[in-house]
Amino acid sequence: MPHISIQNLNVFYGKQPALRDITVDIPDHKITAIIGPSGCGKTTLLKSLNRLTDLYDEVGTNGQVLIDGDDINGPKANVLELRKKLGYLSQRPFPLPMSIYDNITFGPRIHRMKRLKSLSRLGDFIRLHQVENFDLEQALEEGARKKKGASDLLVEFYLRLAGLWDEVKDRLGAPASRLSIGQQQRLALARTLAVEPEIILADEPTSALDPLSATLIERQFQALKQNYSIIIVTHILRQARRIADYVLFMYLGELVEYGPAEEIFHAPKDPRTKAYLSGEIS
Amino acid sequence: MRRQIIEEKIFKALMIASLATVFLALLAIIVIIVARGAKAMSIDMIIKLPEGGYYLGKGGGVANAIVGSLLLTGGASIISLALALPIAFALQREYIPRRIARVTRLALDVLWGTPSIVYGAFGFVIMVYLGIGASLLGGIIALSLLMLPIMTRAMEEIIRMVPMQLKEISYSLGTTRLETTFSVVLRQALPGVCTAAMLAFGRGIGDAASILFTAGYTDSIPQALDEPVASLPLAVFFQILTPLPAVQDRAYASALILLLVVLLVNLVARLLSARFSRNIIK
Amino acid sequence: MKRRMAKDTLTGWSMKAAVLFANLLVFLVALGLLYKARPILASKSLGHLLTSSSWHPLKGEFGFYPFIVGTVEATLLSMVLAVPMCLLAAIYLAEYAPRRLRESAHIVIDLMAGIPSVIYGLFGIIVVVPIVREIGLALGKQNTGYTLLSGGVILAIMVAPVIISVTMEVLRSVPAEARETALALGITRWAAIKHVVLRHSMHGVLSAIVLGFARAFGETIAVMMVIGNVARIPRSVFDPAYPLPALIANNYGEMMSVPLYDSALMLAALILLLVVGGFHLVAHVILYRIEKRW
Ligand SMILES: Nc1ncnc2c1ncn2[C@@H]1O[C@H](COP(=O)(O)OP(=O)(O)OP(=O)(O)O)[C@@H](O)[C@H]1O
Ligand SMILES: [Mg+2]
Repeated sequence: MPHISIQNLNVFYGKQPALRDITVDIPDHKITAIIGPSGCGKTTLLKSLNRLTDLYDEVGTNGQVLIDGDDINGPKANVLELRKKLGYLSQRPFPLPMSIYDNITFGPRIHRMKRLKSLSRLGDFIRLHQVENFDLEQALEEGARKKKGASDLLVEFYLRLAGLWDEVKDRLGAPASRLSIGQQQRLALARTLAVEPEIILADEPTSALDPLSATLIERQFQALKQNYSIIIVTHILRQARRIADYVLFMYLGELVEYGPAEEIFHAPKDPRTKAYLSGEIS
Repeated sequence: MRRQIIEEKIFKALMIASLATVFLALLAIIVIIVARGAKAMSIDMIIKLPEGGYYLGKGGGVANAIVGSLLLTGGASIISLALALPIAFALQREYIPRRIARVTRLALDVLWGTPSIVYGAFGFVIMVYLGIGASLLGGIIALSLLMLPIMTRAMEEIIRMVPMQLKEISYSLGTTRLETTFSVVLRQALPGVCTAAMLAFGRGIGDAASILFTAGYTDSIPQALDEPVASLPLAVFFQILTPLPAVQDRAYASALILLLVVLLVNLVARLLSARFSRNIIK
Repeated sequence: MKRRMAKDTLTGWSMKAAVLFANLLVFLVALGLLYKARPILASKSLGHLLTSSSWHPLKGEFGFYPFIVGTVEATLLSMVLAVPMCLLAAIYLAEYAPRRLRESAHIVIDLMAGIPSVIYGLFGIIVVVPIVREIGLALGKQNTGYTLLSGGVILAIMVAPVIISVTMEVLRSVPAEARETALALGITRWAAIKHVVLRHSMHGVLSAIVLGFARAFGETIAVMMVIGNVARIPRSVFDPAYPLPALIANNYGEMMSVPLYDSALMLAALILLLVVGGFHLVAHVILYRIEKRW
């Protein structure tokens, strides 16, 4: 059973359909790219996975989204757990109106995560990840001597994981809004990872970034996919080719074609997919 | 063509003359109140209670009115703040449907425009109903009614400016409405919320019609909620109605104190809003 | 997790209760005043009360006509004085003024809006009343200076910040393209404003005037300090007048000792509420319709 399984999902804005009868399973521990022309419903699909669509009272949904086998719209579903499990990166990074440090600890604090308080638990968790140039044992020793050691280490770890640590380590108390857009997007990634999601939803996460920052984000995604399942919306075909393992192509609210990246890019079956890939529709 | 240009010249001259008139009116008001008020101004005016024969020109000051105004407006600010914040937050789309929010905004607009003398009269109705006479409590009730819509409308306008995407980010971390409202929306809106509160305070402290028959007037400082209380606007009003020039001069001095308080409140509001905007996302 | 959800639900409900309260408050104020006004409405017909000129509380005669005329005339007079000037000033600030001037004007206007009405009243007594008396005497009218005209002038100064700031906001919200397309035809800025910008913002300007009117209609202290407060219908602007708000404010002391007096004053407050509330309703609807169009 895959993490995410979508069955006959329909979403409406008022009476206007935005998603028509979507059925697909998203593979685990892969990067899945959703591609398609503007307005075809990519963002809507992403937001109906973590129920951000709830915030708009004009949105209607029917069909099923199963996450780990549970219907997310079912009566027993818990939105908060759901959103914690599915991290979300928006198109334009919005830092929360607080310091860089607090941006990272915000989620763990709200969820009262034990790792924010306990160095040993945090250490066990970090060992599951590979972080470049990071001496965990030394950091743990140092942390033990400080009062807020666990929370400091947590911030450092996630900033390293998002590839932002070296740039901000000297100004963690500064307002996050002072970072550049590219740094803000990596901060958003760190903030998202800090609530320990299993799945990452990213809506055109590089569209506001310069090519260099975009590459940084792509690199982080490549590194993260062993621990997370990643769904990324993108309208940059080259980006999809570079990083996607699996591709969904959408057109006018329909899921036209999906499959492993090589198949979609090299042997698309549907004429609409062909047309899109060759740049005839966009 | 010539006619057009001449017409523009004429109208532009009229416009500048109009603007100058408005500015001059304000300047005249301030200069005259300061000039006349300074004559009878003394430290006694501020720190002393009216002594025997004060209204015949003997010694004393209007400390009773200064303290009374602060008590009245302070009390009313607390009550309106306790109501205005929840209302302003509830008008977000997460809490109530937009149609109801629209109706509420209309109701607040009507309340905002309701003349303060009407609140005075209605406060009087409430006091008769509760069986209390002109008192600090009565004045606070009437003033709260006046200040509530001013505060709520100003706050709501600020809160509505918080971008939906920022809230989406917070919700996607698995927060409840309450957590998002307090940690993200309130932080983002804090400068505006403070300004709104100060604005309402400034309006409240200068209003005479609402407390004219709800708060009463006295030469001492009230020791309990059910005692009558003096206020600055009414001090000005009553002293100017006396025939003695010496007492009339004190009306101007009292007006100067009131004007300075209002200007100070305005200044503090501006400074506060600058001070708090450090973490704000633009 | 359960506790967080419970807190959220609980606060959600109390916030909704606060919203309900805000909505009910409008009716509560109206009903409270109506309740107190019932005795007088039971003793005389509303039509009679509104059209009778005889105000003799001790004889049980409560004719509101002079007060209504006083309020309406003072308000209209202030509008005549304020509207052209305020519109011109607002147009200048929104369309011609450099940014620095516009920003400082904002501060000045905020300041003016924040000045307490007693202070406007004082200013009226020191400056406006003597000037009006001199003008009146020069025109051969015996008067004390405490006249309808003084009330109108003070009200005009007081509504200026309302009218200017709303008008400015409305003008600034006209899309720049509208202005530019007109200017591209080679006409003057003023012509573009007259034919395009003002046409776009007519509703908004109207609602600015309505808001100013409502403000003047309910203003109490400043007006009663300069308008003379004589319960007779003024024959010229150099006669004193007696607006409704001043009537309420002046007589609260005696109202409990004369039968029906309190009831009559509460009726006056109710009339004020309904008229001013009605005007705000209109302004809100006009402004809201504009918002929806764009
Ligand atoms: N809040 C809304 N109310 C009404 N219609 C909406 C709303 N949001 C999106 N839509 C409509 O739903 C459809 C899908 O929108 P969506 O944002 O999912 O597209 P998208 O594929 O993400 O496009 P883009 O690549 O431009 O971001 C569009 O036709 C859009 O107009
Ligand atoms: Mg999108």
